[in-house]
Amino acid sequence: MRPYSGKLDIKHGLVNMSHGSGGRAMAQLIDQIFMFHFDNELLRQQNDQAAFNVSAGRMVISTDAHVISPLFFPGGDIGSLSVHGTINDVCMAGAKPLYLSAAFILEEGFPLSDLEQIVSSMARASREAGVPVVTGDTKVVEKGHGDGVFITTTGVGVVADDINISGDRACPGDVIILSGSIGDHGMAVLSSRENLAFETTLLSDSAALHGLVKRMVDIVPDIHCLRDPTRGGLATTLNEIALQSSVGMVIHEQAIPIKPAVIGACELLGLDPLYVANEGKLICICDAADADALLAAMQANPHGKDAAIIGRVIADEHHMVQMHTSFGGSRVVDWLAGEQLPRIC
Amino acid sequence: MKYVNEFRNGDIAAKLAGVIASEVESGRDYRLMEFCGGHTHAIFRFGIQDLMPENVNFVHGPGCPVCVLPKGRIDNAIQLVQEHDVILCTYADLVRVPASKKKSLLKAKADGGDIRMVYSTSDALQIARQNPDRQVVFFAIGFETTTPPTAVAIQQAQQEGLTNFSVFCNHVLTPPAMRHILQQDGDQSANIDGILGPSHVSTIIGSQAYAFCATEFHTPIVIAGFEPLDVMQSTLMLIRQLNSGRVTVENEYTRVVTDDGNRKAQTLMDKIFELRPSFEWRGLGLMKNSALKIRDSYTDWDAEQRFDIEHITSSDVKRCLCPAILRGLNKPTDCTLFGTVCRPENPMGACMVSSEGSCAAYWSYGRFRQAGTTAIQQERST
Repeated sequence: MRPYSGKLDIKHGLVNMSHGSGGRAMAQLIDQIFMFHFDNELLRQQNDQAAFNVSAGRMVISTDAHVISPLFFPGGDIGSLSVHGTINDVCMAGAKPLYLSAAFILEEGFPLSDLEQIVSSMARASREAGVPVVTGDTKVVEKGHGDGVFITTTGVGVVADDINISGDRACPGDVIILSGSIGDHGMAVLSSRENLAFETTLLSDSAALHGLVKRMVDIVPDIHCLRDPTRGGLATTLNEIALQSSVGMVIHEQAIPIKPAVIGACELLGLDPLYVANEGKLICICDAADADALLAAMQANPHGKDAAIIGRVIADEHHMVQMHTSFGGSRVVDWLAGEQLPRIC
Repeated sequence: MKYVNEFRNGDIAAKLAGVIASEVESGRDYRLMEFCGGHTHAIFRFGIQDLMPENVNFVHGPGCPVCVLPKGRIDNAIQLVQEHDVILCTYADLVRVPASKKKSLLKAKADGGDIRMVYSTSDALQIARQNPDRQVVFFAIGFETTTPPTAVAIQQAQQEGLTNFSVFCNHVLTPPAMRHILQQDGDQSANIDGILGPSHVSTIIGSQAYAFCATEFHTPIVIAGFEPLDVMQSTLMLIRQLNSGRVTVENEYTRVVTDDGNRKAQTLMDKIFELRPSFEWRGLGLMKNSALKIRDSYTDWDAEQRFDIEHITSSDVKRCLCPAILRGLNKPTDCTLFGTVCRPENPMGACMVSSEGSCAAYWSYGRFRQAGTTAIQQERST
């Protein structure tokens, strides 16, 4: 016997405080939106937690809070992004992602139809990735105390004992491989911001990369570093690894794949594509002897078809990332001071 | 990207670098000031200094409007938000600039201030239309390039009877700043052999606005575009003037800049704005006739009048060498504050404020290059 009667008016309804109160309205919301879309065996048990067996190896866990604006953007939405982002964080350890949990913070007044669209997109992304959402939580905050919806997802996975991928393992002589074009996600999101709307055919590259990673680890188990260059873009991620590994890096601008539409939009807005976010790309650092095999494996996967070797790791006490520019000079690709802001002149 | 990539061609750059190398005279230095932040940005982003012979050096000028805005004006803007509860519309790169007492617009926003980052004056007008019950102030900054759009906005607000919109005007003028730098004498006299002149500013005011550099101060000037090949070609043109002893205003950026500039824009600017007797520039101090204010006939759209904004004197940090650095007399590393208390995340002086400021650029890109210790330099020398 259900504690509520009838169907949620998803088409016209709005989130209200009772949807987070633990009562009948909340049970109805969970059943008709979350359970309906995420449906799986573990979720159906309706416990406050999910219990499952794991295979041998080490467990990997990662969590990611998603607060993107706008919620819907070309090529994705906060729902699919919250699945892809966490799967990617887990698999950058070389791990097989197994399960996700999801926490929703909903703002009073948020349209149920938007919520359903987001949850359905999230469920689709999770099904396609083969990584189910097995437990979750929902809270409602008063109007004005949130921005529609915030989603936090946590992912668990398992990595084999002989794989040791870590940001502190880059060594001088290693090769840096990038899996594809940079800046697509950041510029697609910017293009749909209300105060900035410009027309573009760009789509976010938001994608789950665990299939690509599996292929790479199968071919070369001793990959040194893997990281997805999300916020802060390629430049920030390379600097993070350089610092973590106490090395320097030299990259070649000409070798970095960037779509003309991204270059054009960045030019217009005064942004540097090296610092623009990606959600479906990875940076791989490996022994030079493994580079060709890895590159070929990556290029054979749809998420790595434009993969390219963009530079190498060097010894450098300053831990700098430097770039040979296409123009023929060189520059330091530094950490950002604060947020990347458009220039006026 | 047509009409952009052509001006970023590495093969042509290599050829131009060869010509420059063959024409510079050994035994003399060429100290060339690139006036605009846009030039500085191009020099670092594309690595142009690497393509220059050792005796050709760029001195980064004061042409970054964000850098030279005095702290007191940002204090004023914060007051508008916090005391008058206005919606403040600003260009994004201003929000991080430090005001007095470690404040900034970014912090004022975090503190609940309604500060909106806009890309154009029309965005600000739109916000005013959408919020008829709120006062909306556009924080206008920039040189002659960004002044005409501000003038258009004021005119449009007048035509629409948009009474909740006003402009906090901080527009400044480039020729007085250039004159100020060139006219110092004694131990403050500038150490500059030639100038790469403003590009977009010159589309408005024309290349002849800088004739005084040559006639009064015997300093050659070449109006230079912002693309890297523009900067290199202009550098070659300056070197040729210096080698031959010619001193004149030349225009490399002929695809956009004319002798007289954009007359229509000049007329509009003149209609809306008049000269301020004096205005403070961060790093350069008070300069006569170096900035614009809104004319009395448009006083209804002047935020300074509407909100009775009082002048706040903002003293620059003592020991800060920005004034001398902006004249090419000192390097950032000569300053005791550089890299110690003054860093990009905590700028003390004008030159560290924006990534285009000479100290910030030097901090990010130049400090290791100078020591000859970068991996790329070592790689080239072996």
